[in-house]
Amino acid sequence: MARAVTNRRKALNTLVAWSVGLLIFFPILWTILTSFKTEAQAINDPPLFLFFDWTLENYAVVQERSDYMRFLWNSVIIAGGSTVIGIIIAVPAAWSMAFVPSKRTKDILLWMLSTKMLPAVGVLYPIYLLFIELGLLDTRIGLTIVLMLINLPIIVWMLYTYFKEIPGEILEAARMDGAALKEEILYILTPMAVPGIASTLLLNIILAWNEAFWTLNLTAAKAAPLTAFIASYSSPEGLFYAKLSAASTMAIAPILILGWFSQKQLVRGLTFGAVK
Amino acid sequence: MAFHTRALLGACAVAALCVPATAETLTIATVNNGDMIRMQGLTQDFTDKTGHDVEWVTLEENVLRQRVTQDIAAKGGQFDIMTIGMYETPIWGKQDWLVALDDLPASYDTDDILPAMRGGLSLDGKLYAAPFYGESSMIMYRTDLMEKAGLEMPDAPTWEFVADAARKMTDKDNEIYGICLRGKAGWGENMAFLTATGNAFGARWFDMDWKPQFDSPQWKETLSFYIDLLNEAGPPGASTNGFNENLSLFQQGKCGMWIDATVAASFVTNPADSTVADKVGFALAPDTGLGKRGNWLWAWALAIPAGTQKEAAAKQFIEWATSKEYLELVASKEGWANVPPGTRTSLYENPEYAKVPFAKMTLDSINSADPTNPTVDPVPYIGVQFVAIPEFAGIATQVGQEFSAALAGQQTVDEALAKAQTLTAEEMEAAGY
Repeated sequence: MARAVTNRRKALNTLVAWSVGLLIFFPILWTILTSFKTEAQAINDPPLFLFFDWTLENYAVVQERSDYMRFLWNSVIIAGGSTVIGIIIAVPAAWSMAFVPSKRTKDILLWMLSTKMLPAVGVLYPIYLLFIELGLLDTRIGLTIVLMLINLPIIVWMLYTYFKEIPGEILEAARMDGAALKEEILYILTPMAVPGIASTLLLNIILAWNEAFWTLNLTAAKAAPLTAFIASYSSPEGLFYAKLSAASTMAIAPILILGWFSQKQLVRGLTFGAVK
Repeated sequence: MAFHTRALLGACAVAALCVPATAETLTIATVNNGDMIRMQGLTQDFTDKTGHDVEWVTLEENVLRQRVTQDIAAKGGQFDIMTIGMYETPIWGKQDWLVALDDLPASYDTDDILPAMRGGLSLDGKLYAAPFYGESSMIMYRTDLMEKAGLEMPDAPTWEFVADAARKMTDKDNEIYGICLRGKAGWGENMAFLTATGNAFGARWFDMDWKPQFDSPQWKETLSFYIDLLNEAGPPGASTNGFNENLSLFQQGKCGMWIDATVAASFVTNPADSTVADKVGFALAPDTGLGKRGNWLWAWALAIPAGTQKEAAAKQFIEWATSKEYLELVASKEGWANVPPGTRTSLYENPEYAKVPFAKMTLDSINSADPTNPTVDPVPYIGVQFVAIPEFAGIATQVGQEFSAALAGQQTVDEALAKAQTLTAEEMEAAGY
């Protein structure tokens, strides 16, 4: 029986939800607002919220100084490429663990996750030397591989969780109807897990887009993505907050728009299997 | 006919000298400072003259240090030119990680580089990095608040005068604090200031046997004086303030005095950003009568990592960016006040540049810093606000955290100094000193 929810309680829940949402969004909002201030306004005490002379000067300076499109293109290729390759590798891996588990499946899952427990800086030097040897420094392919490997455990784990929710009997039925392994994964499993795969895809694009350790350490001029673009606007001597905010806003805008349009899939995927 | 042939050959020879055999693309790592950004905007002049292109990698200072150190140590070859400081240059030069700049043409006039800068960027008489801009530290003060306090700032004040003036200028009810100083932990943050200030109080990092000296009365006096002064006349939260935080406070008219990098003079006197632009005076960093002033010496310099495939083109760029002609180019485009300061003697002999209000005090500050003889008592190291050994950055960052905690009131001066002494002794012993 559905529980009756009073109007008062509904209003309270809405208020709490909006407050928490705004609190989480506030740093981003502040960054966006600061990007429209002058450097002097950006450091004003007390801080200026909405009532200041709005200016596009910072965006003009950033546009003039940096080749934004080059950084954006690198981000798109690196984040998109690492996610797509990761999904291609993770779907069969998650399928085997979900539907043909062995005695060691849980150990393997835990082992994969354990690779995320080492701080990235711990393997920086070996990876840097490997990249020198392989000629991968400052290349998009090098970064794509590294980010794919970093996010692979998360992709496998997420897909494994989604696949576990799909009844094995459906796949069995497909097999009895003569479906080969490839057809079973491509035409039966994948369409059923689309919400899960979509949310995994989106989440990993966001993770790869925002990754700022390897992208700063393994790139110079050619393969530098938007994280390097943002980092170039921080200054040890001189005011930079407004210009840094403009660069940050430009860097997060594409992913923010993507997230906005795909929030339905994202929420659907993240709650996939929650209600049976 | 023979004349024409000779003329043609001559013209070809001249052309071969002027235009490089192959046009290169140089990758240059640098920091996001005003002078560097201006250089990026003027790069086309270099390309027009040499045919070489330039790709810039601009990074935040700490990220830049980590990136270039990692790359040069691993021989990654990512950069053809690196922007490094006075701390790294002698250390990397000793490791043979840098190309010596000892074959620059006579027209470059290496002797014109300010002696203090040249000394700090050389090892065994060989220049390893060419200074792009140089700085020292000095006092920037509010002339109106000083007058209101009934005081007159001498050109070369003592710490006693500065402390007295700071207390008199402080008006906490109106959010005016007599003095703003660095408190944020870091070897290039509070420890740059405190190491230089310690020099004026007779303190030193190590004695001639490389024994740490934080248990000396001079360090106790330095740290106590600094903390007492900031507690009484400094802004709230001083332990988290670095250059930019203090710049912001000063520009908003909340600091009576600020002792920091000379490069800040152009920011605080810029009416576009500073509310007190027309009320700023300058003086040398203070002393205590022991013969040493608390002003540091620093240069951001351009160096070529050993092993680059584009050494000749990289040298051409350094010649261009640190030349007298480059200074004139900046002056013609953006005025003399925006010329990179502190590198060449000829700049300070230029009557046009002499009109810039902070030019003389910047030069006097640079000239009064002596990296080879920085302290009252003798020391085995080079460096005014740092010790030019590879271990220093790590040790000083830890010591800086202890001093910052003492400023924040989390521990006493004695506790902070005792911890600094222990950790420095341990690190130095582990490093084989």
